[in-house]
Amino acid sequence: MYARPWARTAGAFALALAVLVAASGTVGNSAPAPQPRRGGSLNFIVSAEPPSFDGHRETTFAVIHPIRPHYNLLVKFDPFNYPKVVPDLAESWTVSEDGLTYTFRIRSGVRFHDGSLLTSRDVKASLDKIIFPPQGVVSARQAMYEMVESVSAPSPNTVVIRLKWPSATFLEKLASPFNWIYKADILERDPRWYERNVMGTGPFRFKEYVRGSHWEGVRFENYWKPGRPYLDGYRALFISSPAAQTAAIKFGQALVEFRGFAPAQRDEVVQFLGDRVTVQESGWLCNLLVVPNNQRKPFDDFRVRRALTLAIDRWGGSRALSQITFMGPVGGVMRPGGPFATPEAELTKLAGFGRDMEAARQEARRLLREAGVPEGFEFTVKNRNVPMPYIPGGVFLVDQWRQIGLNARHVIQETGPYLADLRAGNFDVGVDFTCDFFDDPDVQLAKFVSSDRSPLNYARYTDRLLDGLYRQQSRERNLQRRLQVVRQFERRVLSDRAYQFHLLWWQRIVPHWKRLQGYKVSPSHYLEDLEEVWLSE
Amino acid sequence: MLRYVLARLVLVVPTLWAVATLIFLLVRVIPGDIVELRLVSGGSYVTPEVIQQERGRLGLDKPLWAQYADWIVGLARLDLGTSMWTGAPVSKEIALRLELSLQLAVMATVVAVSLALPLGVWAAVRRGTWADHLVQVFSVAGLATPSFWLGILLLLFLLYAFRWLPPMTFTPLWVNPVANLSQLVWPALAVGYRYSAVATRMTRSAMLEVLREDYVRTAWAKGLAERAVVLRHALRNALLPVVTVIGLEFAFLIGGLVVTEQVFNLNGIGKLFVDAISRRDYTLIQGLMLLVASAYVLVNVLLDLLYARLDPRIRYA
Amino acid sequence: MWVALSRPRPRGRLSRFARRYPVAVAAAAFLALLGVAALFAPWIAPYDPLANDYLSMFSPPGPKHWLGTDSFGRDILSRLIFGSRTALLVGLSSSVIGATVGAVVGVASAYFGGTVDLVIQRVTDILVSFPLIVLAMAMVAILGSGTANLVAAIALSFAPRAELVVRSSALQVRHTTYVEAARAVGAGPWRIILRHMLPNVMAPYLVMLTAFLGQAILLEASLSFLGLGVAEPTPAWGLMLSGAAVDFVQKAPWMAVFPGLAITLTVLAFNVLGDALRDALDPKLRV
Repeated sequence: MYARPWARTAGAFALALAVLVAASGTVGNSAPAPQPRRGGSLNFIVSAEPPSFDGHRETTFAVIHPIRPHYNLLVKFDPFNYPKVVPDLAESWTVSEDGLTYTFRIRSGVRFHDGSLLTSRDVKASLDKIIFPPQGVVSARQAMYEMVESVSAPSPNTVVIRLKWPSATFLEKLASPFNWIYKADILERDPRWYERNVMGTGPFRFKEYVRGSHWEGVRFENYWKPGRPYLDGYRALFISSPAAQTAAIKFGQALVEFRGFAPAQRDEVVQFLGDRVTVQESGWLCNLLVVPNNQRKPFDDFRVRRALTLAIDRWGGSRALSQITFMGPVGGVMRPGGPFATPEAELTKLAGFGRDMEAARQEARRLLREAGVPEGFEFTVKNRNVPMPYIPGGVFLVDQWRQIGLNARHVIQETGPYLADLRAGNFDVGVDFTCDFFDDPDVQLAKFVSSDRSPLNYARYTDRLLDGLYRQQSRERNLQRRLQVVRQFERRVLSDRAYQFHLLWWQRIVPHWKRLQGYKVSPSHYLEDLEEVWLSE
Repeated sequence: MLRYVLARLVLVVPTLWAVATLIFLLVRVIPGDIVELRLVSGGSYVTPEVIQQERGRLGLDKPLWAQYADWIVGLARLDLGTSMWTGAPVSKEIALRLELSLQLAVMATVVAVSLALPLGVWAAVRRGTWADHLVQVFSVAGLATPSFWLGILLLLFLLYAFRWLPPMTFTPLWVNPVANLSQLVWPALAVGYRYSAVATRMTRSAMLEVLREDYVRTAWAKGLAERAVVLRHALRNALLPVVTVIGLEFAFLIGGLVVTEQVFNLNGIGKLFVDAISRRDYTLIQGLMLLVASAYVLVNVLLDLLYARLDPRIRYA
Repeated sequence: MWVALSRPRPRGRLSRFARRYPVAVAAAAFLALLGVAALFAPWIAPYDPLANDYLSMFSPPGPKHWLGTDSFGRDILSRLIFGSRTALLVGLSSSVIGATVGAVVGVASAYFGGTVDLVIQRVTDILVSFPLIVLAMAMVAILGSGTANLVAAIALSFAPRAELVVRSSALQVRHTTYVEAARAVGAGPWRIILRHMLPNVMAPYLVMLTAFLGQAILLEASLSFLGLGVAEPTPAWGLMLSGAAVDFVQKAPWMAVFPGLAITLTVLAFNVLGDALRDALDPKLRV
């Protein structure tokens, strides 16, 4: 079945990155798989509150962690074997020869929390809401499904999705952890009902939500998967301050925070709890991005932008910042350690990714001189006032640029004005981020195509060659050839033109009480669903 | 008396209307856009049409005067509107946090009063001695210490001394008094010390003034015991200004613990205010500012009434 | 009273002040020291306050770094010394601006009376009904971040409080004979306000000003702590207390202890000085 004891799959998964570190420094997967135990309630921390209850419209983990356990998806990522896609409400599926038609067989006997039976009609209504949202309904990932022509439900247990063009990773996109399956009748009555209410087929029923305090779910006794969930219920505690989070874990008020801790928090927890705690780590599908305003002088000159990226000591920064923030791995456009990652030997050839900082900084100063930028040139670095990891990232950048004689001034704004300024081009250099649920060039590169084609590209440049490469890789079904195109794309964005460039990728650090079992950290903090999680003792 | 009370209460209505108007103006000039924040800040793309629709749904596309009219008409019906971020009624959002904030304000006031009265009286009676100086230094230091820093030090102390930290989640007093108090005592101490400083100084100076009055001297001359003089005669008459200070501080405590709540991870009015501001949740900011200002206005009214009752010289005009 | 202080023979006055308020003199000395530190920071500070040193992150206090280093390996003593610039700059300018704006409006309100006075008083009454921090946060949200905006936000939060105090003093001056006389010889209202009334409310103005100084530094620290004030990596005491200082409080308590101490001592000094000044300037308030 798809729910495997995690110890068996863990070894096979090593290649796909996830470094597993036990608190004591020994890897603990040699022990025989313990028998899952039923019962108990899990308390975990969520560091932000959900803006609404509707996964289709939101983009934050604050919606996933407390609410996702109330729902099922059509297909999902294997919680123990990312990025394998496994069935959820779809029992099985077939893909036509030309890659244009996906036919899903829907599980029968699945009940909603109100007792009614789920049919293909519910699946179709939910997917339609995501892909073709009606007037007045917000769908955050609509653009991701632009290749979808139609969704139909020819029989109560069949759903057919037709595409306009083949997409190599359509199934993974469909497995988006935000694609919760709702009830068609409710959507018909009010497509916005789910923004304020909960009613799904998931392993847990909704119990209560106290704003600013907690979200609570209890086991759904009629859940379709036999023997699941193991937990009687869960309570998501909303705690935003890192110090308070650490305290709550230390004193057992919560067993885990699923998003990821900073190293200091991890160390404190481990020091305090000793062998009662396990630390799981993994590369993280998130990064910080440096965005020069390509339309503003002197950043319209590619030599200046190149000097900016050359000045950044990423390898040294990785060592230092990984002690105080959850930033760490050095990488290009694709996640280091991920299936599309650029090998280090090739990465170090890109401007700013080399290991010889002396030479890089000399080159940077030469480029600045050539471009006529005077010593002590002052400009602003615009950042958002989110303490982790944006502000330490900004402080690091300012220091790096001081070392090539640039006087960068760090301007920290609240998220609202910050976003408005970035979108309006009202900045010199900005600090941006990306976070995704899945390693896929379609997703990760979308931010870098020309500004007029990508509304998320704040760097304000147009490069049709780049747009062409994006299109080319997206439709390339041969993995090796696709990789080559992605490399080309990367070289052009980060190095040759230095339109915008990565600072560092993030490292996901999840310390949790050993009592918490059946959980495996993955490169995305959007995938938790609590179906397999159980508590020992 | 009754007429005075009524007149005073009726006056509250236009005051609050003026307060509401000023708050509305203040809040609506805050730049930023809740719709963009909600839909775009996570890094996803949403079409301009959708953003426009959402603005329409929240009533943000209406002219400002219409939004103002909506709000004021709602207020007249005791309706604070709905939070633009959560969609829940503002009154509900506030009510959820008010229990904690009120309890903390009461506890901090208790701490403040039980420090201020004895210290203030002591300092006044022993005026000019080392005791007086000690009290003065203690209270000036209280005014100078950031209470959030004091909070950090308190937590550090608890951790080092007892390997223990107060609970990070709120339990209502009536559910589990021990858990509740073991969480709230610490912020109450940190904040109470700071607010005791104001009250101590006021107690001391009010006492000094009263101790100079003829009737106290007479009492002293009559040979009454010092304790009786101080407590029965002087303190009672010095109490009015002290109560004023404490009352006004109490009003400020309800919404003014923004930073301390952050340190102790308290889900109170202050934290809600920080969140509302950073989300540009206009309706919620308005509601909160109105709450904070009305607490002050109401305390003022109560104090006026108290004065009228205690001080016969005030005529009920 | 203020005038008296600046008359000839100041030495006698000052020494009497010093004998009466020895603690205030100590406070003044501390503040003078702080002023010197701020002025000559680049020469006094042992390290560059902005220089990250990843090889000595979290060094405890010792001979190399007297007060230790922070999470970026920056020298805390140097950051405190440079931070005094931010504290004094924000503290002084926001207090002076706030008290002055308040005083001018207060005096004008008292002078003009009638509807102008009524409207100004209503608005002031409302503005003082918010806790300072709430008002300041709203102001920062309106004005945006950055040091200049921070100063403006704090000043605007103080202004109504200054206005209330100054107005009540100004009302007493308003009907004195020399103001009436100035009116009689045809002096314009602003001339009267600036030349005749403002100098006569100097005592409450100065008392307000010193009271604001301490509060402004506290307010700056609170706002920076919330991430609404000065931006990293600018050295500022409140900022040094926030973020990493709290997150690493167990590992490196010196990161939180020293900046807090700096704030407390400075505010204490300003308050002590302010109290003494109030005693000396305003005998009615003397107790």
